Amino acid sequence: MVAVKGQGEEKAAAPVEVRFSGSGGQGILLAAAVVAEAATALGKHVVATQSYGPAARGGASKAEVIVSGQPIDSLEVESPAITLCLSQEAFNVYAADTRPGGLLVYDAGLVTPGASLCDRDLCAIPFTHETTARLKRAVVANIVAVGALIELSGLLPAEAVEAAVVARIPERFRQLNIEAYRLGRELAGMVGGGDRASWDRRSPLSARG
Amino acid sequence: MPAEQLLLQGNEACAEGAIAAGARFFAGYPITPSTEIAEVLSRRLPEVGGHFMQMEDEIASMAAVIGASLAGTKALTATSGPGFSLMQENIGYASMAQVPCVVINVMRGGPSTGLPTDPAQGDVMQARWGTHGEHSVIALAPNSVLECYTLTVEAFNLSEQYRTPVIVLSDALIGHMREAVTLPAADEMRVAQRGEPFCEPEEYDTTASTVDRIIPAPPLGSRYKVHATGLVYDRRHWGRPDTSDPGVAQDLGDYLREKIYHHRDSIVRVEAVEMDDAEVAIFAYGSVSRSARAVVRWARAQGVPLGMIRPLTLWPFPTEAVELMADKVRAVIVPEMNIKQMSWEVRAAVAGRAEVVDYGRVDGRLITPNEIRALVRHEFPLHGWEE
Repeated sequence: MVAVKGQGEEKAAAPVEVRFSGSGGQGILLAAAVVAEAATALGKHVVATQSYGPAARGGASKAEVIVSGQPIDSLEVESPAITLCLSQEAFNVYAADTRPGGLLVYDAGLVTPGASLCDRDLCAIPFTHETTARLKRAVVANIVAVGALIELSGLLPAEAVEAAVVARIPERFRQLNIEAYRLGRELAGMVGGGDRASWDRRSPLSARG
Repeated sequence: MPAEQLLLQGNEACAEGAIAAGARFFAGYPITPSTEIAEVLSRRLPEVGGHFMQMEDEIASMAAVIGASLAGTKALTATSGPGFSLMQENIGYASMAQVPCVVINVMRGGPSTGLPTDPAQGDVMQARWGTHGEHSVIALAPNSVLECYTLTVEAFNLSEQYRTPVIVLSDALIGHMREAVTLPAADEMRVAQRGEPFCEPEEYDTTASTVDRIIPAPPLGSRYKVHATGLVYDRRHWGRPDTSDPGVAQDLGDYLREKIYHHRDSIVRVEAVEMDDAEVAIFAYGSVSRSARAVVRWARAQGVPLGMIRPLTLWPFPTEAVELMADKVRAVIVPEMNIKQMSWEVRAAVAGRAEVVDYGRVDGRLITPNEIRALVRHEFPLHGWEE
């Protein structure tokens, strides 16, 4: 486990910027909303913004969440500590903004990363492929990605985010989304294998100093 | 244990603030990026015994709001640039007839259709001077979701107290972002109620308001005879048009201005950040002030004496606060998402006592902390900055 968990409150207090990106229709806004609502329920300071307009209907779209233990000044996310990319176009536009040492999680089935991002923690998980194979419903790949992102970053307690999934999703889709969230955590556990120790050293939150 | 935190959107907070302030009527025409205010109120107003009307356009929306207010109900509308332009004539009518009402303008890039989904601050002068003729107005600029709520309540209070339209100038960023907020409890907020006129119905026609004693508007259909007119009228004979006597017109014009400006000290709210020993100050409002505040923290962490003046009240302009600032600092940086609109006002109040540095952006993007940092570095050329 990297990042906030186990690192004490003083680390949790600094603002952490998270960017969710993908194509319109992939559920980027919902993914960000779940994380923002979990952080809100935990009593954190939270600012959540989103792209709006033509970009929300195809093209690269994004939503950003800032989570902090102290009041948040700037609304502008310039170099996020954590980036999720669910499409090639979103990766092309947004991945490089991830701060050096930051965590960059992307859909390995949909994205071919460029070579210039070697100073970020690249984490490739075939979200859409695995979601379709395991849950038969590609539509919840966004929540699978949330599960993986939370597991890999330790941004928030995993149970709190699952509670936000439960609170946010209407009853008839709730169980599917809970399974999706847990699948994401499971997939994250399969990443990196024996190299997890290097993850800890280079985690985005410890790199903030 | 404080009240539970909510994740609330700026526009939702404006709508809830209006409900908390006692507004029970909304008329409007949907327009990005303000539409959520109408959407929320279309659901919430009927729940609290109020009424929501979608009108055929913004001209009619403003007219319906004035009508509802004249009938005794606190009323508002919400819009953005193109709609705000259409409302201007009726906003002038509300100024002239002294009808309390609130207009929330969630600013977007302009002119015309402009940048419908992107933030701007290009309407700050329109809020002041958009309607023709000499008049006064109050305009407030929230910089957070919580302030979308509290300043909407404040807008209703001021509009009732001073019988004037009050403009809330939000923007596409503040309106659409979500923040974790704990809303104040009902008993923590002052809510001004519209009082009865201070006089009997038969005296009403001949009892003049003064700047110290503004007689509340009686509702249409009450014991009081009400004549709301857009013509110049004799202030000492409510609603009696008189366009032949220059003295009457001058008196009314002076009164409409002074009933606001006389109370400037109690209306104007300004937040001063790290100003005690500041050598350079940023003057910023609305969403840009969030970037500016981050820069003040960054500078102070490096021992650089930078401060910020943030007006929550844009109109009346916080002249006194800027004058005090000008006596302290050698330079004032004015970043805004328009080209020099408020910086001209800052310049007038600074009156040459400090350098005024403009920084304008009209591309629909928020002015970032990095951009403001570059301006600050320029003002402290000898300081060894940490990257």
